[in-house]
Amino acid sequence: MEHIQRQPDRVARSRSRLLDGLQRWLPKLVVAPTFVLVGVGIYAFMIWTGVLSFTSSSFLPVYEFIGFDQYAKLMANDRWLTASVNLGIFGGLFILSCLVISVLLAIFLDQKIRQEGAIRTIYLYPMALSMIVTGTVWKWVLNPSLGLEKLMHDWGWASFSFDWLVSSDMAIYTIVMAAVWQASGFVMALFLAGLRGVDSSIIRAARVDGASLPLIYGKIILPSLRPVFFSALMVLAHIAIKSFDLVMAMTAGGPGYSTDLPAVFMYTHTFTRGQMGLGSASAMLMLGAILALLVPYLYSELREKRHD
Amino acid sequence: MTDVVRTGIRPSRVAIYGVLLLAALVYLIPLFIMLVTSFKTPMDIRTGNLMALPTDWTIIGWTKAWSEACTGVDCGGIRGYFWNSFKMTVPAVLISTLLGAFNGYVLSKWKFKGSNLFFGMLLFGCFVPFQVVLLPMAATLGQLGLANTTTGLVLVHVIYGVAFTTLFFRNYYVAIPDALIKAARLDGAGFFTIFFRILLPMSTPIFMVSLIWQFTQIWNDFLFGVVFASGDSQPITVALNNLVNTSTGVKEYNVDMAAAMIAALPTLVVYIVAGKYFIRGLTAGSVKG
Repeated sequence: MEHIQRQPDRVARSRSRLLDGLQRWLPKLVVAPTFVLVGVGIYAFMIWTGVLSFTSSSFLPVYEFIGFDQYAKLMANDRWLTASVNLGIFGGLFILSCLVISVLLAIFLDQKIRQEGAIRTIYLYPMALSMIVTGTVWKWVLNPSLGLEKLMHDWGWASFSFDWLVSSDMAIYTIVMAAVWQASGFVMALFLAGLRGVDSSIIRAARVDGASLPLIYGKIILPSLRPVFFSALMVLAHIAIKSFDLVMAMTAGGPGYSTDLPAVFMYTHTFTRGQMGLGSASAMLMLGAILALLVPYLYSELREKRHD
Repeated sequence: MTDVVRTGIRPSRVAIYGVLLLAALVYLIPLFIMLVTSFKTPMDIRTGNLMALPTDWTIIGWTKAWSEACTGVDCGGIRGYFWNSFKMTVPAVLISTLLGAFNGYVLSKWKFKGSNLFFGMLLFGCFVPFQVVLLPMAATLGQLGLANTTTGLVLVHVIYGVAFTTLFFRNYYVAIPDALIKAARLDGAGFFTIFFRILLPMSTPIFMVSLIWQFTQIWNDFLFGVVFASGDSQPITVALNNLVNTSTGVKEYNVDMAAAMIAALPTLVVYIVAGKYFIRGLTAGSVKG
């Protein structure tokens, strides 16, 4: 178009065309490294793991295809069953406790509290810690002989006994505790940000009409925070499914394999027990679980946007 | 009127402050226990209890954790691993943030056919459970001769961090009016001129968010460290876990706690110094503005 309207001399024209071409390609050129890194590092590798899950790979990858055998083996595997049930217990309790605690704290902290900044800083600092650090500390706090139990004995509660960390029935709950301690402050910050976004004139109007504060929160404010609930749910579910560090630091899956989670199962079988095929199948199922959460979430997000 | 409301609210104010302070205590106590234990002697730990202050304060736990403690077979303390973590974290943070800045710039201001698809690809990458890429990544790092090296870990952290940094910058730059860019283009400014002269000067907050987020994530990572590194190249989190879960000899909880403090200090300091950026990073993308 340009060269029809204007008549620049030939050299300048070819140079500008070169520059134009470069300008057009530059954005793509700049994102190309990321495209390659992510394309290979996430997508190709994902497919690769998918392929491995259909092979009989043990200590090394081999490409001898055996169909869905690994998945069938996985479903019949006691340890996988335990890991899945644990994920249900851990995920359910972790998400629910985090949501309840953080909504309450956020509402309380939203009442024009003095020193709000300092309190918020205290609630959130665990999120800056590595899960390994968190696990190390909680392992010490819950130490069956020298930890909480001894503290209570010293403080005069002689019959107090707390050995959850080494009990195969209860150990999973100690991991819930540590995880809630670490993540609830962060979820609180999400809700607090949400609460700050609620139009205060609505609240004032409701108060003029004589509505009580709990009623206003229950009927007006919390329902309007639905998107925040969804986001928090997504983030927490994501943390739960990926949880690995905390278990490794606190129990390493024990006693026995009573605190195994899918991520721990995948790691142990793939990298220490030489069952790559089985490990890959378990990784694919984890991906499936995330997709089952993600697709409806993204769908609702996109649909809401279109309505706007 | 306001006075009436105020006096009516007072008892509940007390309850609110009570709950908030109690919660603050619950969040603080583990840190207190960790600190106090790290300054005790092993004797003190056995005779005292979690909340008791040390009868005689000692830094022996700290010095031992730093330079003598056993992490598996190796007994040189955690200092080597501490520096490993720095050598891994600093380049990985810088590279992933720079890549993210340019990606975000392109994906918001220089959209091309397929750029939205690319962004969707990246977004999805934020959610993928890493278990699904571990094995191929281990094989590939081995092929490249990067297995068990800090360089390998840097590469891994760049790949799996760039989706987040791109998201940060893209969402930040989207809010900057396109008219500004168009005007600059009419004036003859090119791709890089616009970025360095117009966007970069107003990007300090989002750079802070990205740097802090990446620093925390990469410093605290355990999964990649334990899978892709061994022996001398391990990061601090892996060394800490080895130290704590080594079953040989008498357990020295003061050393464990000192080591945990050392591993936690860099991210804690960053959090205390630049907390507001940290929170913004955590909430970015989670709360729709």
